[in-house]
Amino acid sequence: MSIVTRIRQKQIAQLIAKGTRLDGRGPTDYRETKIEQGIIERAEGSARVLLGRTEIVVGTKVETGEPFSDTPNEGVLTVNAELVPLASSTFEPGPPDENSIELARIVDRGIRESKAIDTEKLCIEPGKSVFVIFVDVYVLNHDGNLIDASALAAVAALLNTKMPNYEVEEGTVKIKPGYTPLPMRKRPITITFAKIGDKLIVDPWLEEEQVMDSRLSIAIDDDGSICAMQKGGAGYFTQEQVIEAAKIAKEKAEEIRKKQNW
Amino acid sequence: MSKTEKLIDKKGVRQDGRKFDELRSVKIDVGVLSNADGSAYIEQGKNKILAAVFGPREMHPKHLALQDRMVLRCRYHMAPFSVQERKSPAPSRREIELSKVIREAIEPSIFIDNYPRTGIDIFIEVLQADGGTRCASISAASLAVADAGIPMRDLVSSCAAGKVEDTVILDLMDTEDKMGVADVPVALMPNLNAITLLQMDGILTTDEFETAVNLASEGCRKIYAVQKEALKVKYVTAKEEEAEEE
Repeated sequence: MSIVTRIRQKQIAQLIAKGTRLDGRGPTDYRETKIEQGIIERAEGSARVLLGRTEIVVGTKVETGEPFSDTPNEGVLTVNAELVPLASSTFEPGPPDENSIELARIVDRGIRESKAIDTEKLCIEPGKSVFVIFVDVYVLNHDGNLIDASALAAVAALLNTKMPNYEVEEGTVKIKPGYTPLPMRKRPITITFAKIGDKLIVDPWLEEEQVMDSRLSIAIDDDGSICAMQKGGAGYFTQEQVIEAAKIAKEKAEEIRKKQNW
Repeated sequence: MSKTEKLIDKKGVRQDGRKFDELRSVKIDVGVLSNADGSAYIEQGKNKILAAVFGPREMHPKHLALQDRMVLRCRYHMAPFSVQERKSPAPSRREIELSKVIREAIEPSIFIDNYPRTGIDIFIEVLQADGGTRCASISAASLAVADAGIPMRDLVSSCAAGKVEDTVILDLMDTEDKMGVADVPVALMPNLNAITLLQMDGILTTDEFETAVNLASEGCRKIYAVQKEALKVKYVTAKEEEAEEE
């Protein structure tokens, strides 16, 4: 950590200890969230999420393919994340690094573990042919908390996704005109915490992320249960902090759910 | 295995005969590789995992070195023969993510500011996998760091808890992990009560999560006792041998 960052960290930590933050928010205040759906016509589903100045676009594509051998009658979900170089001076072109792989896998876990998609309804012919849902997360502007914004955008895009109608004729799949919506059962919402100077804050923005000790992301499903979790960063949490975070996450997810009417 | 087969019976006994809060048998050896600066081997259930540490040493490539601290790198890798169906030796996305979370689980235990401009590499090879490999890897890797003589705040001990059917249980084996409801891997620095790894997948209420974290932490403390014993076996016997030679 550079000297300047260390001074910054002290300043931010002192503010948080007093119950406020650099951008004026309280410790558990979320930034303003805006969701737009259906912004990319070529994609089967899409959404743009603005979380403060963080901007994410998610597009989904639906194709037919083979199921995994251990789940012969279930469709396939594939999540990928691109940290596009235009989003931040710290992103470089090239194959996905560990940060983008981790981001994609956290988003994937929230959707998969909450069983958000009724994957059995994506089966065309058991063991042979199923629908494959590609979820591509595109980070367009990085101002912190990419995880929550990406998870929100991915679910919004899935809710907006249409699947082609089809019929099976003599073993071949024929696409018919018209669409049906993707069978969605759950709308998981992910809440991320940063630990700075032994205090937890919700929805860290970039300056806070740069000085945080560690990070904890918690995905909450429609029933208020926890369905995925991930700690990140080279710091630690106490047992009490982890349990406190789980409770706050449940409240925050409920708040967002109400606002979005999910 | 058929879906009707119970993972835990009415008496609360699991398929391998364990109770809900029982670990699998854990065996750890320290200093098993002569070329590494530190190493450890762990067997937990059917898991067989080797961890090796090189460093602190000059960073390669040099431009990755940091002026005010050491750089910790970690590679978690599964052998192609470690699982039922051959795994391609190329690193998968899962392995890249696990390498990152394992590194972040070990890093808080090391005084990284004490070694500016240097690097430490942790290499983990899973020779056989039986569920809970990330936890067993962390327990072994932390001992390998200690074996390399690198100053540490505490050992890192790791263990998972989870839920099968309606019961929260400790240290899931492969079938329990795959057929169960949820899995919560935890890594802990026992003397500092600091959680350095926490992941979860599956469905848990907040109350069940609290139970799982507490159970996993207890599991970590049990692993810690085995880790300490493994260090003593290497270093206390080595010292005794030295004394005998004199």
